[in-house]
Amino acid sequence: MAWRSVPVSTKSGVSMAALVVVLILGALIAVLSRAEAGTGFAPSDWAAMRFTVWQAFLSALFSVLLAVPVARALARRRFLGRGVLVTLLGAPFILPVIVAVLGLLAVFGRSGWLNLLLEGLGLPAVSIYGIQGVVLAHVFFNLPLATRLLLQGWQTVPAERFRLAAQLRLTPWAVFRTLELPLLRKVVPGVAALIFVICLTSFAVALTLGGGPRATTLELAIYQAFRFDFDLGRAALLSVVQLVMAGGAALLALWIIPAISMGSGQDRPLLRWDARGGWQRLWDGCVIALAAGFLLVPLCAVVLRGVTGIVVMPGSVWQAAGASFYVSVLSVLVLGAIALPMAGWIASRRAGGVEAVGLLGLSASPLMIGTGWFIVINPLMNPAALALPVTALVNALMALPFVLRIIVPRLRDTLQDFGRVTETLGMRGWPLWRWVILPRLAPQLGFAAGLTGALSMGDLGVITLFADMDRATLPLQMYRLMGAYQMQAASGAALLLLVMALGAFWACDAVGKHYAAA
Amino acid sequence: MKALTLAATTLIAASAAVAETPELVVYTYDSFVSDWGPGPQIEKAFEETCGCDLKFVGNGDGAALLARLKLEGERSDADLVLGLDTSLIAAAKETGLFADTDVTADYALPIEWTDSTFAPYDWGYFAFVHNKDMTPPANFKALGESDLKIVIQDPRSSTPGLGLLMWVKDAYGDKAPAIWEGLADNVVTVTKGWSEAYGLFLEGEADMVLSYTTSPAYHIIAEEDETKAAVVFDEGHYMQIEVVGRLSGSDQPELAAEFMQFMVSDAAQSILPTTNWMYPAVMPSGGLPQGFEALVQPENARLIEADKVPALRDEALAEWLGALSQ
Repeated sequence: MAWRSVPVSTKSGVSMAALVVVLILGALIAVLSRAEAGTGFAPSDWAAMRFTVWQAFLSALFSVLLAVPVARALARRRFLGRGVLVTLLGAPFILPVIVAVLGLLAVFGRSGWLNLLLEGLGLPAVSIYGIQGVVLAHVFFNLPLATRLLLQGWQTVPAERFRLAAQLRLTPWAVFRTLELPLLRKVVPGVAALIFVICLTSFAVALTLGGGPRATTLELAIYQAFRFDFDLGRAALLSVVQLVMAGGAALLALWIIPAISMGSGQDRPLLRWDARGGWQRLWDGCVIALAAGFLLVPLCAVVLRGVTGIVVMPGSVWQAAGASFYVSVLSVLVLGAIALPMAGWIASRRAGGVEAVGLLGLSASPLMIGTGWFIVINPLMNPAALALPVTALVNALMALPFVLRIIVPRLRDTLQDFGRVTETLGMRGWPLWRWVILPRLAPQLGFAAGLTGALSMGDLGVITLFADMDRATLPLQMYRLMGAYQMQAASGAALLLLVMALGAFWACDAVGKHYAAA
Repeated sequence: MKALTLAATTLIAASAAVAETPELVVYTYDSFVSDWGPGPQIEKAFEETCGCDLKFVGNGDGAALLARLKLEGERSDADLVLGLDTSLIAAAKETGLFADTDVTADYALPIEWTDSTFAPYDWGYFAFVHNKDMTPPANFKALGESDLKIVIQDPRSSTPGLGLLMWVKDAYGDKAPAIWEGLADNVVTVTKGWSEAYGLFLEGEADMVLSYTTSPAYHIIAEEDETKAAVVFDEGHYMQIEVVGRLSGSDQPELAAEFMQFMVSDAAQSILPTTNWMYPAVMPSGGLPQGFEALVQPENARLIEADKVPALRDEALAEWLGALSQ
């Protein structure tokens, strides 16, 4: 087998994984070091745990279930504006929570467009508040991500396979069973685990749309322990619970991902002879239109509201935009240094379980990491001076699992396909990366960089702990404007953020695709 | 070599200049330092007289501010903390990080100010804000019986949310759980902080939102929009008094004391009403800005003594969770 002959160095991968563990556990230990005897696990925490897991499970389930037909339709169809649509679909994922929530409410809220329509038709109003709202919002955030990851999976199937299927005159069902089902088995568990873990740490979305304290998540309890009660012992305890839940889910999912490869093709453009029927065309068209409507209409609300706000934005918003851009670039660089060696290590192993290390960063509460590092840095220097680098580092940690999920499958295939050849040629280290791996991975790397850049632009995690007046990022500045009644200027800032994040996403994605095509 | 000497001289000169202007660091909440908040104007006004560099550090809300201070302990760079409120005073004093003050002023508060550690700089009444095209209820009971929808903040993550909790507890004591049960079907949702709740209200998600009696002043003065009003409840209204205090670990104790006195002076007090949208703690010589006369005036001011807040808070929180989680 090719496994043994993989010439990728695992040493740097292992040390990067160790670094990630140290960064997160170090923060946890720092928090514990300052803990005094406080209240332990409260009865209400059990209720919070149950709700947290339940909503995360439902959110992951629906996101993936809905993403399968959408990704399939997008993989099978070529149409004008497809590229733009795929880029735009990435937008909800990177929006700050409150912006996305207000966008959703403009459509699904009590006086939203949907209820206006229902009222016009004489139908009863629907309420978004409750578990249905929480799941709706989480699907809004994560459906695009799931779709992109699945779509990428579809693109790893060599075009020759579909050609062969067409020559054998396989029915669409047979094509699905022989080609697409194994693919889904390979991709879906990892994607579902990822979304489950993202939703585990949800707080403001769950609370706001959940309609009250019924929708209390663990992250809220952690927030309360850190910021309201300053009970560090309890905060650390709850953080550990969160880590264990997320880690358990991740291991479970990643261990069942089969390490199968689709085999190699000639990297020809995908043509689907099996999907030429009129009904299939109609079905795909409907699926794409529905998904696009669900994701883009709330975004339109954000844009409409923001346009009038742009003109009243103060200069500090532009300064904050600069800070966000800087954080974003730094995050991408830091992440590149961590993720590439790690991906190399993971991809050269038979089982994918170690990828769970990457999920640590996502499943740890940003407040916990931020507070922990604040405690570590504070005796040495003013934490505010490190506000932006620390934010970039934490953002990179949060994006790490996404990036691994994007890169690892393709890298695994590449190493397997080219393992023998490169070994024969005695190619290892940098030349191997430069001439074999990176060119084959260009689209994945572009996507990963774009996602990281966009994600760090919209993130409002640790920066709130560290920032002073001069070092606010754009999302933080937006919140400050809202807090001072400047809702209009804040919606302008939100629009700017949306444009910047999408711009970063589009640019990186385009560069990746360009190199793949060249 | 010459360039190096020049650089060194410049550096020394620069550091000397820094040493000449002392820096005064004030921790405050985020909205205080935003462009429309009081921060920029206060900074300008104080720096005109103090010969110092006043630096605001924004940090979440009042509760987050206190958490940050506890995290930093004695090592904090802060000389002063501005933006704690009456429900946080007990917890703040418990840290032992604050120094006493001898600031005096002719306060225009509905209650007598006796605290010797903190000085109040502005205050307001919590109240539900609504659009004028509806008839608001007269008290919590009537609100509970109505089918009006309200948005409130979570007392576990927001100071106004905690204020509402204390308001109901102070007005109804042991009967507070029944009030919350009555309100349960009126609460559309509970948000993390004030901004989210107010944003939801402006989007038309609820008929009323928990805010301040002074909130309509913002709409009247800054937006010339007279459609918003606050409703007076006959139980009386819970107050929020925002305070400033100096830290005993400050390396600029005199300057810090000077800043506290400045915060209750005419110069600062006349800035606050139209930037922080609260009542000034001391009536400025020019009186209140035009637009404030349109605000409703509660007849009965409520406030729980600072040292009784922590115990009552835990009890009220459990009742609140019980009533709204069903």
